[in-house]
Amino acid sequence: MKFSGIILANLLRKKVRLLLTIGSFAVALFLFAFLGVVRDAFGRGADVAGADRLVIINRTSIINTIPLSYRDQILRVPGVRYVTHNNWFGGIYQDEKNFFPQFVIDPENQRAVFPEFVVPEDQWNAFLKDREGAVVGARTMERFHWKIGDRIPIKTTIWGGGSWEFNIDGVYHGKQPQDDETQFWLQWDYFEERIPERIKGQVGWYVLRVQNPDESPRIAKTIDEQFANSPYETRTETESAFAAGWVKQFGNIRFLIVTIGAVVFFTLLLVTGNTMAIAVRERTPELAVLKAIGFSDRSVLVFVLGESLAISLIGGLVGLFLAVLAVPVLSKALSGMLPRLFLSSTLLAFGLGTALTVGIVSGALPGIAAMRMRVVNALRRV
Amino acid sequence: MVRVDGSGDGTSLVRVRGLDKKYQRGGEEIHVLQGLNLDVDKGDFVAFMGPSGSGKTTLLNLLGGLDVPTRGSITVANDEITHMSAAKLTEWRARHVGFIFQIYNLIPVLNAFQNVELPLLLTKLSKSERRAHVETALSVVGLADRMKHFPRQLSGGQEQRVAIARAIVADPTFLLCDEPTGDLDRKSADEIMALIEELVGSYHKTVLMVTHDPLVAARAHTTLHLEKGVLVEGHKVAQPAGGGSI
Repeated sequence: MKFSGIILANLLRKKVRLLLTIGSFAVALFLFAFLGVVRDAFGRGADVAGADRLVIINRTSIINTIPLSYRDQILRVPGVRYVTHNNWFGGIYQDEKNFFPQFVIDPENQRAVFPEFVVPEDQWNAFLKDREGAVVGARTMERFHWKIGDRIPIKTTIWGGGSWEFNIDGVYHGKQPQDDETQFWLQWDYFEERIPERIKGQVGWYVLRVQNPDESPRIAKTIDEQFANSPYETRTETESAFAAGWVKQFGNIRFLIVTIGAVVFFTLLLVTGNTMAIAVRERTPELAVLKAIGFSDRSVLVFVLGESLAISLIGGLVGLFLAVLAVPVLSKALSGMLPRLFLSSTLLAFGLGTALTVGIVSGALPGIAAMRMRVVNALRRV
Repeated sequence: MVRVDGSGDGTSLVRVRGLDKKYQRGGEEIHVLQGLNLDVDKGDFVAFMGPSGSGKTTLLNLLGGLDVPTRGSITVANDEITHMSAAKLTEWRARHVGFIFQIYNLIPVLNAFQNVELPLLLTKLSKSERRAHVETALSVVGLADRMKHFPRQLSGGQEQRVAIARAIVADPTFLLCDEPTGDLDRKSADEIMALIEELVGSYHKTVLMVTHDPLVAARAHTTLHLEKGVLVEGHKVAQPAGGGSI
């Protein structure tokens, strides 16, 4: 603490340079946090996947269907508690840019398999009684300013084409902030009634809950073996693996984001390292005087590291604070284009840790050089 | 009493024996100091003179533990410093040596008080004790009213006074001055020399000073000339008696 006055005085020596360095830290940390948020959003499906849920898809591809008749056979597999099925509806509301995911659901088992999505009982009952009914996630409701009772037209080019109309009977909320509240659920019966005859009785995928997650590998194997050599062979996997595979359809998002993040990190390291190297070089004679009057090599290292850590801490906090303010705004602006953006405390801690790491590394090299500096040589340069 | 013939009786504050210093410069070996002997008693004020490159500053650096000799020994207050590790030498400098440089070497972002306080940050003194010491040191050099001034707000002479206050604040065993008036006009140089004389006369400090200026050297009790790597006595003046401690 006795040295804090010296560190502070050195920090404030070149105010413009200090502001620019802190600014570059803040911008980099903001970008870092934003990239992290996007990465989390894409990976969230896998992160929040129920440990006791398995997904069954057509072995050929997710876009190939599976017969509805498989449901009863799946239910008979020991260890399976509930089974539900979904289809991707893929419709357009007014304009393509208004994207939100629409799923055909099996109302009978939906809530048993996805207990994290909560619908008020009266709304759910109204939905069950209305073949053209829909239950919509709170975020999508808010996005389009819909309210219960609204009739929503959705065009589809997949299921025989045309415009389908739905009555909003209910709104669901996620139990946790990261739960997806953008989905639009429509009734299987209504869907089955309207689609062409040749594709009736086919579901997109099954989702099932097992009694004991430890038995998931066995159950998955049993199901896939059961349908082996049939026209519709299956692939059963955990929900997290399914979600990860889904994201891969967009390309390797994680790799892209991690690569950009790494570039940001190293650019920041070079900028800060260069700033600290210049700062130390400029005050070589002063550091030599400090060593001459009895400051140890370690003290000199503390001065340099203290300075770079202070810059990284302030810049990091400013950048992360801006990210905390901006992420909800960006999340709203990018609604529909990206899953919900959510800045977690883990990401904030990781960002701050990264900032401090950059601070230590960028200060270490000039600090060690200052430590090793020979006083006599440095004083001769004065 | 200052002696250069190695005849000191072991009671000297500074005792140098057979000091050699060689440099390698461009593949050529330069033998700067060659078997140099020196004995300086407490309270002595010695000036070293000699042409450029004669090794004056090298000698001062060796005496201050900033450099290590090729051969020979330096003993200060019964501590032989020539075999100390770098870390030990750093600690030793903090306790025993006050440096005064030609161009002051104050930290520009610290005010006079903070510059003078620097050596005390290495001690276990409390904040209030440090304050008392700094105020005393600045009073001795006549700058008690300039404590909050930064170096850029002071004249060259005042900066050197702050540097002197920094050198004496921890009450070191001896002061090493490298051209302390080299950057000052004659009037300021006189004032600085008067102050150094006061430190020797009134506070019984031991001062070893390098200078080019014969007028400045004449203020010392003893002037020694560096010739061909050894010290040769110049003139001597009577030492003032007595003195206290800061």
